[in-house]
Amino acid sequence: MRHILGNRRAVLAFLAPALIIYIGVIVVPAVWSLVYSFFQGAPAAGFSYVGFANFKHLWTDPTVRSSLEFTLKYAIVLIICQIVFGYLLALFYLFVLKRSSTFIRTLVFFPVVLPPVAIALLFNKLFAISPTVGPVDSVLHLFGVGPVDWFATGSGAFVVIIVMDLWRSAGFYAVLLYAGLLDIPAEVLESARIDGASGWRLVQHIVVPLSKPIVVASVIFAINADLKVFDSIYALNNGGPGVATTPLNLYMFETSFLYNDYGYGAAIAMLITVVCLLGTVLVFRSSRREVAGAH
Amino acid sequence: MTTTNPGASRPGSDLLWPAEPAAPVRRRPPRRSPLAAVAAMPRRGLVGVLIAVILVVEIYPLFWLLTSSFKTEDDFETQPLWSMPQHFDWHNYVSAWQTAALGQTALNSLIVTLVSMAIILIVGSAAAFALEVMVWRGRRSVLLFVIGGLMVPTQLILLPLYTIYYHAGLTNSLFPLIITYVGQGLPLTVFLMATYFRSVPLELFEASALDGAGIFRCFFSVGLPLVRNGIYTMAMLLFFSIWNDLLVALTFNTQPSLATVQVGLLNFDGQYGQVSYGPLLAAICIIIFAMLIVYALVNQRVMKGLTAGSIKG
Repeated sequence: MRHILGNRRAVLAFLAPALIIYIGVIVVPAVWSLVYSFFQGAPAAGFSYVGFANFKHLWTDPTVRSSLEFTLKYAIVLIICQIVFGYLLALFYLFVLKRSSTFIRTLVFFPVVLPPVAIALLFNKLFAISPTVGPVDSVLHLFGVGPVDWFATGSGAFVVIIVMDLWRSAGFYAVLLYAGLLDIPAEVLESARIDGASGWRLVQHIVVPLSKPIVVASVIFAINADLKVFDSIYALNNGGPGVATTPLNLYMFETSFLYNDYGYGAAIAMLITVVCLLGTVLVFRSSRREVAGAH
Repeated sequence: MTTTNPGASRPGSDLLWPAEPAAPVRRRPPRRSPLAAVAAMPRRGLVGVLIAVILVVEIYPLFWLLTSSFKTEDDFETQPLWSMPQHFDWHNYVSAWQTAALGQTALNSLIVTLVSMAIILIVGSAAAFALEVMVWRGRRSVLLFVIGGLMVPTQLILLPLYTIYYHAGLTNSLFPLIITYVGQGLPLTVFLMATYFRSVPLELFEASALDGAGIFRCFFSVGLPLVRNGIYTMAMLLFFSIWNDLLVALTFNTQPSLATVQVGLLNFDGQYGQVSYGPLLAAICIIIFAMLIVYALVNQRVMKGLTAGSIKG
């Protein structure tokens, strides 16, 4: 009956709790944050209006520059690795293991549900060289490669971070892409096989073009997850050495809670938001153009 | 119409780029590429090697963690790394339990996670019901308004929230964590539950209303049971994301007795200069193998939930 499903008081009763929490916890603070970025100070010490000074500082701050560069480099390298490894795993599940892929799929997915903090602390020990040489360097030693002090250089730490986050997330992208590949109609694959396409040619000309939508969805998902990296790096090496592997998020956290400058922290948070939005829009636009061009 | 991107060689652009078949045309016999030669190698052997590599990469770190967690400080210094522990030493586990205050932090994590989950699921599905099943003007815009929250990164809301909790005198309790997680979880939950409600025929609700069911019965007795798969999927997603979170938990953590598991794990980090291996690895071990049990119980549902959306198309 229309009058029951259209009862305004009932609508209000169902909707109000969610709306109140959502507005109070997400909408108001998001706007408030924008206001903060024009001030300097912290709740305990009080605030003072500084106009656009925080944003000017963003522009000239070398740490912002280096953490923005690190965040982008990290996100781009990791997204490429996640999609490539995820896709190869998905192909492996679908075309090689076929029905017996359940166990491997479940196993590779397991790290996805683990706490990033626990994984980071584990990888810190796997790649350690002091006080004892860790497993990774022990293996390298067998090949005659001298002990590498991974966490002493920015590039060494970068490698560990990428390996760790790939290990943690590859299973997720593999399952996501595998689900997308399952959607390709069996008849299409069958007729391509009859036409003589097999192995890599089948993958290259049939599977890859048909799975474009799920790849784009995965990339958008990865952008939003990777640009917000915090937990794993904070626990692994706290962005060191120096600020060499400090992402924007970590810098924002330190500025706000270590140096007690909420205003500047809010300005950095604004920058993070803008970077995430730009990344998503960019991928969305370029994928739409490509799909439009295909027709 | 002409594009300079070779990747987008499509009608109109073949003036610039030599025609390359976008879809495979019948070509016989298929040319032998080096890759095809690799594929023709003893296929079984290659697949075996690949499986072995995957197994080693996934399992060895966890195996090393497990065996190392029983080693004494002495073992670490004198024995090669891959050696098994000399004897099983439970001492690490005792000390891990104390340093990470695992009893306390696990209880905190459990309370925060379960309470947040319950609130999000009830409040979120009620809102999704109102937005998707009930009929009123403006519901589309409200739905978009709520989904827009997916665009807001956590960092943006942390500072004002801290100020609010500070002035409300909530900072010495677990409330800040619960409220924040609920707010963060709502947009995705409302969005997902709305899509589940959309797949239920509206006639079902109209029929039960005709049979005399009030709006609350329509929701609790008709709506919720029909979308229970969505609720299970969302519950697991929320469980893992809230349990594993560090950023929010660290920001609002004011005293050790309120720490969550993830925050407690950081206690090992160089508090006294040298980090002792054994207890830290034992603590990670407890946490990871506890998650393994949870995962073993729910993994089939996780996989189903992840693949369901795309299968529906």
